This record gives sequence, structure tokens and C-alpha cells, in this order.
Amino acid sequence: MNSEALTFIVPVLLTIIAAATPLVYAAIGELLVEKSGVLNLGVEGMMLLGAVSSFAVAHVSGSALLGVFTGMFAGMAMALIFAFLTLHLRSSQVATGLALTIFGIGVSALMGQSLIGIAYAGLPDIMIPVLSNIPVLGKLLFQHNVLVYGSFVLVFAVWWFLQHTRAGLVLRAVGDSPEAAHALGYPVIRVRYLATLFGGACAGVSGAYLSMAYAPMWVENMTAGRGWIALALVVFATWQPGRLLFGAYLFGGITILQLHAQAFGINVPSQLMSMLPYVATIVVLVLISRDRGRIRRNAPASIGQAFHPTK
Amino acid sequence: MFVFGSTIKKTAIAIAAGVLSLGAMSVAAADKTKVGFVYVGPVGDHGWTYRHDIGRQAIEAEFGDDVETTFVESVAEGADAERVIRNLASSGHDLIFTTSFGYMNPTVKVAKDFPKVKFEHATGYKRADNVATYSGRFYEGRSVIGTMAGMMTKSNIVGYIASFPIPEVVRGINAFTIAMRRVNPEAEVKVVWVNSWYDPGKESDAAKTLIDQGADVITQHTDSPAPLQAAQERGVVGFGQASDMSAFAPDAQLTAIVDNWDQYYVDRTRAVIDGTWSSQDVWDGIATGMVDFPEYGAGVPDDVKAAADVIKNGIIDGSFHSFQGPIKNQAGEIIVDEGESISDEELLGMSYYVEGVQGSLPK
Repeated sequence: MNSEALTFIVPVLLTIIAAATPLVYAAIGELLVEKSGVLNLGVEGMMLLGAVSSFAVAHVSGSALLGVFTGMFAGMAMALIFAFLTLHLRSSQVATGLALTIFGIGVSALMGQSLIGIAYAGLPDIMIPVLSNIPVLGKLLFQHNVLVYGSFVLVFAVWWFLQHTRAGLVLRAVGDSPEAAHALGYPVIRVRYLATLFGGACAGVSGAYLSMAYAPMWVENMTAGRGWIALALVVFATWQPGRLLFGAYLFGGITILQLHAQAFGINVPSQLMSMLPYVATIVVLVLISRDRGRIRRNAPASIGQAFHPTK
Repeated sequence: MFVFGSTIKKTAIAIAAGVLSLGAMSVAAADKTKVGFVYVGPVGDHGWTYRHDIGRQAIEAEFGDDVETTFVESVAEGADAERVIRNLASSGHDLIFTTSFGYMNPTVKVAKDFPKVKFEHATGYKRADNVATYSGRFYEGRSVIGTMAGMMTKSNIVGYIASFPIPEVVRGINAFTIAMRRVNPEAEVKVVWVNSWYDPGKESDAAKTLIDQGADVITQHTDSPAPLQAAQERGVVGFGQASDMSAFAPDAQLTAIVDNWDQYYVDRTRAVIDGTWSSQDVWDGIATGMVDFPEYGAGVPDDVKAAADVIKNGIIDGSFHSFQGPIKNQAGEIIVDEGESISDEELLGMSYYVEGVQGSLPK
């Protein structure tokens, strides 16, 4: 490959990484939540709260790290509300999740009123010593902010947790058959609480990435539907972390490549491209219901259903 | 608490507006003139709705206790809008500004039932005895920034981030391109459509895409400061949209096209107080200050400032028209002869690109 093509491709790949990272965070959290049998449709709302609170704290304290942690805790706080309502009071998970999104849109807008119009420098990139000096690859792989590196670690950790740890096995059991897990003495509600909180933390970090690194500012409703794409992504990935990572980069890549196609003057209807993640998800949903054996094996059997030990 | 302290008053207003929109009528002081606003977005969008709300605040600053203003934000265009407008009309408002194109039919419909209430609809074309329309000639601003872009670009590629292919946006692209090529016939415009008025992430991606493809000047017809922020980060320059965005891009912002409704809103409110209000159609631009500019950025060379000022002054004294011939279409054929210019009617329905814009217009 000649150097001219490389100087073009590297920045394109860098923008794809930036577009995919928030999707990875929000979706990997939701994947674990759904694996425990809980469907939290409030991802968008949790992301927004993460975005506004991380931006506020980073702006006031000047500490990016503190901002990220605040975003994480804000997402967890939202998830806690959801968990209490659905797990304790056994309200409908679908309705509660939708309400959480609407609540998040409103409350983040209220909290963010005094933050509008404030600029923030953004998360600093971390140059990994030696490696970041490698031509091309160094720029592509070893010059990102901490959240980009973290997203890969997180996906690997979730995969390892689900496939290779006893706790992961318990979580999957809770998601597939809470009655059986309960009968074996596992604390179904507690497991689901922890999973939901983890999902909230990831959504919060995803929001923090948006307001601190992706487009470092606060504006109302700045997630612009990425929480919904993350939800679609979990289904698209058939609840497998590896496929989820692939899907996030695919969805992110489609977004960026269609922008490039337009700038090159290639006439692709951009509306069609915006639609693609959802079309892909519908196709996967159809495949799931067609092929019960292979794909359905990964889907948590009790998803969306409330559990009570005396049922 | 920094987040809540300054917001209590606004929250109270928002709650009052919310209560109104739910149908519970508030008690109105009879001698006060009440002015209502319906916004399509949140006041915090830092763009379109934000500037309308600054206009509302200008009314409050001008008339103080003689006037009471109300706003209802994030009102969806459609059935919801009619309900909100009707509630404002029946709760004693004397003057109601409906600030989005999609409010046109509901505004006219409600106005029929409330002949004594005055309505002002932004960017529409349906009028009645108690319905006036108003809009800004933002394309005039695009002639100014197009001139600057033509002089500033070294790569001769200028990136344009566009929202939806409607005449308002297409008109802006064409006005920009015509002005740019008057000063730099080699320069071309690359357009990227993001299909949103407001998606900071996607707008930022679009800006980076254009910069990666060689653009060294970026302009936008979307509402967030994200493209300008991306320009700042990558060391290229651009223009603010709807409001002054220099806080986000102190080096990158050359200037901005600012929507300034303040004077218009104050004037129309005064007309209602004086009893001189009548229906009209206003399409004002730089000359009346409805299209406004902040100070030039620090990096703008003197000759570029001078050239931009020539365009501004020409528009004000009438010697310059953004769509003055000769104008060529993308095929290079002359569509407007020298000495002629495109009429307002044609501008309102513009649906083609002029020479110098790359790609084809999405249908």
C-alpha cells in the first residue's frame, strides 16, 4: 500500500474507533444485564445522565478522571432506580425502562442548563511509550484516550466472566431459569441487582465518552439515539461479546463510511445508511426465531420476566 | 449547587409552561400584555431555539413588569402543537410566536378561533388578519462567509455539513458557493448531509470526514458547535451557526451567522401594546440586523475582513444581491444572466445546486 492511501485510511479508521467506542460501552453493559434476564430499555436515559454529570464534574474540578467516575456513578444511580422498581416492586421491565429513558432526557436537560455553551478540552490521549512511535500502527492503535483502551479490556473481561468464571455461570443460570437458580440456592434478585448496576455503570461511561471525548460539550439529548442502537446491537450480537465488538465497529464504520461516500460525491441515500443498524437487527431477530437451535442458545430464556421466589 | 442554583427560576417557568400545556389555566393579571412562545427544540440547543429564547428575554428586558412572557419548549410539530397553541391563546396571551415551520397549519387553525389574539409564525407562508409571518434571509450571511472561505482556503476544498435537503438549506449552500467562487473560481464545496438538525456526534464525524478529504475550511447548516470544535482540534477554520460559538473554537471560528430576533420581537410586542399591530410578511436580513455577526476571529487577515465588510455593506445599501447573475448550474450552463437576479419566489423553492458544488442533491 502506498503512503498516500495510508495517510487517508488511518484518519478514517481513527474516526471509526471514535464512533464505535460509545456503542461498545453501552452495549456490553446491556449484554450482561440481559444475560441475567433483565431487559433495561433505559440505556439512552442512563447515558444522558452519565454525559451531563461527568461533563459537569470534569468542568468544575478540572479532573477528567473524576468526571468519568461521576458519569459511571450517575449511570449506576439511574440503574438503581430501575432495579428497585422492577426487581423489588416487580413493575414491568419494558415500561420502566422506557420511563427511565424519558426521565433521563428530562433530568439531564434540567441539570445541564448552566453547562450549555461551555467548552471543554476533552480527554487527553495516552501515548503508549515506544509502541506509539511505530509508523502507522502506532497512531492507529497506541494513541487513544483511556476510554478507548478500556472498551477492549471491558469486552474481554465480560467474555471471560461469562464463559470462564463460576459467577458468570450463576448469572447465566439466573437469566435462563431463575426458578432453577433459586431452587439451587442462588440469590436471583441480588445477581440481577448487580448486573443491572453494572449495565448502568457502562451506560454512564458511554455517556461520559460522548460529552468528554467524542464531542466535548454538553447539549441536551446529545446521545441522539445511540442508546437504542446499543440495545439493537446486543440482539445483533446474539448476546456474544466478541460479536458485539464486531457489530459496534460495523455500525460505527457504516456511519463514517457513508459520510465519506457523500464527500466523495458517491450518491448513497444517507437515510438508507442511518437505517442499516436497525435493518441488520431485524434480520438477526428473524434468524433467531428461524434457527432455534444455534442462535437461540445464547438468548437468555427468562429475559424481561419478573421473578418472585413464591411464584 | 452549581447545577441547580441558577435554574430555579427557569424551572419555575418551565413548570408553569408545562402546567399550561396540560390544560390547567393560570391566572393572568389583566393589565399585563402576555406574550407566548412555542419552541420546537429545547432552549438549551445553543442554536435555533436558543436564539428565539434570547429574543424572548429581550422582550422581558425591554418592558419589564408590563409584559409577561411564557414559553413551551420541545413541542412536536403536529397535533401536539395545536393543543399547546390553543392553550396559550385561551389563557389570555395577546401575542403568540410559533417558531417553527411545522407549526404553520395549527397556528392558522387556532388563529381562526381567536380573532383577538395576534399570532406570529416563523418561516411560514400562510397569513391571516391576525397571523403575520417572519423569517431571516440567512443566505445573505452565507454570502459573507462564502467570500471569507474562498479567500482563506488553500486546498480549494471547503466542507459543508448540511441537515436536510430543503430549499432553506440548498439556498444557503448556493449563496455560499456563488460568493466563494467570485473570489476564488478554483474552490469547490463538498457537501455532507447528516439528516439531523442536531446530533453533535454525527456532525463532528462529518466535519472530520471532510477534513480528511482535504477541506481546510468547514461550514455548517446544523445547530451544534461540534463541527467547529472538530475544526479547532484539527487546526482548520470554520464558521459558527445561529449563535456565536467562539467559546468552543477560539482559534477556528472566523465569524458566525447569528440569528437575531431581539429587535423584531420587541417591535412586535410594542405594536401590540400600542394597538398598531397588523398582519405582515417580513423577510429581513443583514440590513435590519436580523442576520448578525460577532467580531471577526483573531486569525482573520485584514484583506479578508475588508472583503467581507464590502459584501455586508453592499447587502445593506442594496448594491449587492446574493443571487446576482451570471449564475451557472452544475452542468456549466448559465441559468441567470448577468444583470439579473433570482426572485424571492424562486429562492423559496430552490432545489438545485449551482456550479462549484460537488455531488448531486439528494431527492
